[in-house]
Amino acid sequence: MTDTKAALRFILNDADVVIEALSPTATLLDYLRLERRLTGTKEGCAEGDCGACTVLIGRLHNGQLRYETVNACIRFVGSLQATHVVTVEHLSPREGTLHPVQQAMVDYHGSQCGFCTPGFIMSLYGLWLSNEAPGRAEIERALQGNLCRCTGYEPIIRAAEAIAASRPDALFDPLLSLRTDITNRLTALDQRETIRIGRPDHCLMVPGTVDDLATILDEHPEATVVAGSTDVGLWVTKQMRALNPLVFINNLSELQRISHSEDGITLGAGVTYATAFETLSQGYPALRNLLNRLGGEQVRSMGTIGGNIANGSPIGDTPPALIALGASITLRSAHGRRTMLLEDFFIDYGKQDRAKNEFVESIFVPVLEPDARFAVYKISKRRDEDISALCGAFHLVLRDNIVTSIRIAFGGMAATPKRAPSVEAALIGQRWTQDTINAALNAFAEDYQPLSDWRASAEYRLLTARNLLTRFYLESLGHDVQLRRFAEVAHG
Amino acid sequence: MDKSTFDQRRVINGPMHHSVRHDSAHKHVTGSADYIDDMPEPAGTLHGALGMTDRAHAEIIEMDLSAVRAAPGVVCVLTARDMPYSNDISPSHMDDEPVLADGVVQFHGQPAFAVIAETRDIARRAARLARITYRDLPHITDAQQAIDAGGTLVTPPLTLKRGQPDDALADAPRRLRGQMRIGGQDHFYLEGHIAMAIPGEDDDVTVWSSTQHPSEVQHMVSHVLGVASNAVTVQVRRMGGGFGGKETQSNQFAALAAVAAKKLNRAVKFRPDRDEDMTATGKRHDFLVDYDVGFDDDGRIHAVIANYAARCGYSSDLSGPVTDRALFHADNAYFYPHVRLTSQPLKTNTVSNTAFRGFGGPQGMVGAERMIEEIAYALGRDPLDIRKANFYGEAGSKRDLTPYHQRVEDNIIGKLVAELEETSDYQARRAAILAFNASSSVIRKGIALTPVKFGISFTATWYNQAGALVHIYQDGSVHLNHGGTEMGQGLNIKIAQVLAEAFQIDIDRIKITATTTGKVPNTSATAASSGSDLNGMAACDAARQIKERLVAFAVERWSVAADTVQFIAHHVKVGDELIPFDAFIKAAYLARVQLSAAGFYKTPKIHWDRAAGQGTPFYYFSYGAAVSEVSIDTLTGEYMVERTDILHDVGHSLNPAIDIGQVEGAFVQGMGWLTTEELWWDAKGRLRTHAPSTYKIPVASDRPKIFNVKLAEWSQNKEPTIGRSKAVGEPPFMLPISVLEALSMAVASVADYRHCPRLDTPATPERILMAVERLRAHA
Repeated sequence: MTDTKAALRFILNDADVVIEALSPTATLLDYLRLERRLTGTKEGCAEGDCGACTVLIGRLHNGQLRYETVNACIRFVGSLQATHVVTVEHLSPREGTLHPVQQAMVDYHGSQCGFCTPGFIMSLYGLWLSNEAPGRAEIERALQGNLCRCTGYEPIIRAAEAIAASRPDALFDPLLSLRTDITNRLTALDQRETIRIGRPDHCLMVPGTVDDLATILDEHPEATVVAGSTDVGLWVTKQMRALNPLVFINNLSELQRISHSEDGITLGAGVTYATAFETLSQGYPALRNLLNRLGGEQVRSMGTIGGNIANGSPIGDTPPALIALGASITLRSAHGRRTMLLEDFFIDYGKQDRAKNEFVESIFVPVLEPDARFAVYKISKRRDEDISALCGAFHLVLRDNIVTSIRIAFGGMAATPKRAPSVEAALIGQRWTQDTINAALNAFAEDYQPLSDWRASAEYRLLTARNLLTRFYLESLGHDVQLRRFAEVAHG
Repeated sequence: MDKSTFDQRRVINGPMHHSVRHDSAHKHVTGSADYIDDMPEPAGTLHGALGMTDRAHAEIIEMDLSAVRAAPGVVCVLTARDMPYSNDISPSHMDDEPVLADGVVQFHGQPAFAVIAETRDIARRAARLARITYRDLPHITDAQQAIDAGGTLVTPPLTLKRGQPDDALADAPRRLRGQMRIGGQDHFYLEGHIAMAIPGEDDDVTVWSSTQHPSEVQHMVSHVLGVASNAVTVQVRRMGGGFGGKETQSNQFAALAAVAAKKLNRAVKFRPDRDEDMTATGKRHDFLVDYDVGFDDDGRIHAVIANYAARCGYSSDLSGPVTDRALFHADNAYFYPHVRLTSQPLKTNTVSNTAFRGFGGPQGMVGAERMIEEIAYALGRDPLDIRKANFYGEAGSKRDLTPYHQRVEDNIIGKLVAELEETSDYQARRAAILAFNASSSVIRKGIALTPVKFGISFTATWYNQAGALVHIYQDGSVHLNHGGTEMGQGLNIKIAQVLAEAFQIDIDRIKITATTTGKVPNTSATAASSGSDLNGMAACDAARQIKERLVAFAVERWSVAADTVQFIAHHVKVGDELIPFDAFIKAAYLARVQLSAAGFYKTPKIHWDRAAGQGTPFYYFSYGAAVSEVSIDTLTGEYMVERTDILHDVGHSLNPAIDIGQVEGAFVQGMGWLTTEELWWDAKGRLRTHAPSTYKIPVASDRPKIFNVKLAEWSQNKEPTIGRSKAVGEPPFMLPISVLEALSMAVASVADYRHCPRLDTPATPERILMAVERLRAHA
């Protein structure tokens, strides 16, 4: 293994921070509020669903400084190496002056009780930094991860539109004016050494390379690997699990590579949802709709595609689509690599084909056949920022209106994300007609025996799964049968 | 404020009826507005966590807390026996609500002990180390089960009766019976419950509590501690949302913090985690409504008999007045010639349900609108026609009497609905939707216009009183304190506007400080939409007293007639002399004029005889109406709200911007209640939707895509309220019944509008799809 360092370094607002002692599971929110007394950032839910704790995190992507909104409540301090953490206090450092984003929220009566407001400010600020003239769809998308119980959102949207309409002098903005300085400071913090903080029996590690990660896992098969922490964060804040050691991999640039070939796209496991879908939706436009409804902006910039797979959830949003596309994954350990079809990775509830010393290294998504149709449909109680009741993906190839290939996969219908072999069998080789579809519908009950829970009843899940095949068929005929809030779906 | 309106300082900044922004807005956006958890903690502050049970109904055989006590950093563990005087915090004084479960667990998650530790994290982790042995008892979680098991009540029911409903029903040309389930709702205030208690000398303790009802927290803390009320001071600067969830539910956290603080002589803070908050604190009541309505071929209602059964949870809390208010609104805006309404406040092994914006009224009203819908679908008519046919008539029309025998004397619903029908282009849009549905297979649309009439006043008549304390200092600055609490609704700014207007000074000369039981005693909860009505008048009264003294001073000092002394824009005009306000105040001080006053107000006219079911429980009514248009996907049940138009009555608005914010916010919150917010209990009686990951309140993209909100600017309160304004907090919460009914119409389209879809709420995509399937079977 490469050299080991015993300190974590990042920038908090305008201060350089060096941390040499830290509880491995310390959250950024507690650190801000308890250690730094930066109380503008609020705790609303401690599970990354309300956005009251939204802060910005800036980091270098191939040398370019990019700021993203994250939920501080489920983000660990251990994940902050070489980042710039920006809280609401940083926006208006001079007494009495408000940042244009803040001023607009005041002018348009965008706050009532005010508790969610700093989070909204940070989400709007993140949008302000990344998009000069957002439309309504983009504004709503940027705010999917922020809950407000008082205003009904209307005045907040009006404020956001006013910000977009009259973009004030950006020179006064603390992030834009100090861009070069921050870039230089972060560059200096870029690390190739592994960081280890704590005693051997109670520590966190930040590997500097993927090779180091493999070595660490070989030595510590009990380690918990944390990428985006959108799931592991809740193990700590809600279940209060004692996790030891924690291994943070979110700054491993090797795991964030994306490469294109004639056969398809290979994504590093550490690629975030936001980045993964930016890429994937080029080749697979149907995925854009899924991206727009996966978590909120904060979760999309934290969560990784590898994490969504590796945690084995039956209701993760990406596996059904990736399985239908025929994706494969590569697992890595200190002893080598192995590659398998993604659908074979999921064995049973909570059980995946992964040894303790292995980690998901990359995902390969094959290119769509030229005449293929691909669609993915997410069904949830609330349209945005909700976990799927069910999610179905369909991948069809027709020759002369005969089904030559069909791959159907669902989440939320079984203990794992799972294909629908009986439905597929009923369709393959058949003419693509309403009669064929009708004949195949009953096969759903053979493939899936879903559960009833708070997200949906078994009856609804099965009925809707069947109806989604009908939707897929109707869309293949050119019918527009989906509700859309906006005609143009915004692109992230 | 727009500075151009200053007109060279001849007008003041921030008078009544102007859109002044929230007084804390600049602090909200910078993160510098302090909530209790943001306040600096006194040295040595300890932190509490609830020890929760995991049975819905059980005897506690043994509670082994040794591992909890032994955890490093734990300072003490409290159980029911550690409450110094009483373990009861029942706000209805029925002795049925323990601070900590004592021997019996009555709902899943009920706290049985509390851990006090050096840090919150230590306390929370230690709370999980308890080993509790239970003997399970049978549990009942929902209203129907409770009825089937004999229907134990938590509080006496109410009957409202007028005329001969049984005979009139039997004689009616047509008659329909049905049942509707109306789901509950979690408040989901963004700031969860929190209390911090700081011990003082002797018996004293000061409690910072996130509460809508500081006086009740004071009384409960003094009761549990066994000390006089004068030993307990409760303070609240602001809440991060309340919505009724902090009317009684703050008591438990305040009591535990105070007990621990006095016991350990250290400051103690309690801040439950979101899941604990949602599990351990009460919610909106779910209802099961059985209705029997008689009507004629014109759609006119002849008689209504309805029973409103409610899941109250394990204790009475506010379930009595909540279920009463459901009956008070089971007529909504409609005249029932003969009527009998009964409430059934059922005991269940669930958390004790409590106040929530509308306080039972919304459930009453949803039941009324269901009956209208039933009639419309039975007759093949537009539900709006049925509504109009049944509106209360003008005062004196013989169609103006409510089921509680109060006359509706300020009825404006006809005018309001007619205006909205026209401005929203309702008729043309409905025709277009009918045409669209005729040719669309998968996507269907619906539109509905629904009215709201909501009674204003606490039905507990003694609650309708308020106090305010106003000081003017020697420099002319004003200090305002009143009995209301600020939870985001803009109460403080409205009261400040009242004072700015009264003294004719800029609003920024008025400082509003934290509500404290030490300054204004015996306050009522800031609830029932009454905050500005009551406290505004009390502040006005305080200002009147001070002004009278100031006028008397001027009369004496300048030897002028009293009617020549006027307060005008930053000045006091005495005869022909214009004296700057600050200089005038300084002169008054030097002349030893008392510049402080305690104001008081009680609502006139109202009285209520519950046993007889008769009286005038409401001072006046607030009105509103909404039109909503939706689309549904008949393959999945997914839906979208395309457009909503609202016309709402707040009388002569004290602050139009604040009031519109209340209307918009209430609408979206009410829409959440009726659509995506689902409380789901499992077979063990565990609430499984207890955090935002599982309990889905609306997000920005759920609000109507087009959202037009207007105040009825022509409206004035008929009664002499503050500035002739009307209450605004609760009434608009019921406007989204239009969304529910529009969804219903879209569903009904699959069977050619011949069957009432009978959607229960929340109308989740699942309920929409299942209703579509059910109706298709009829088609």
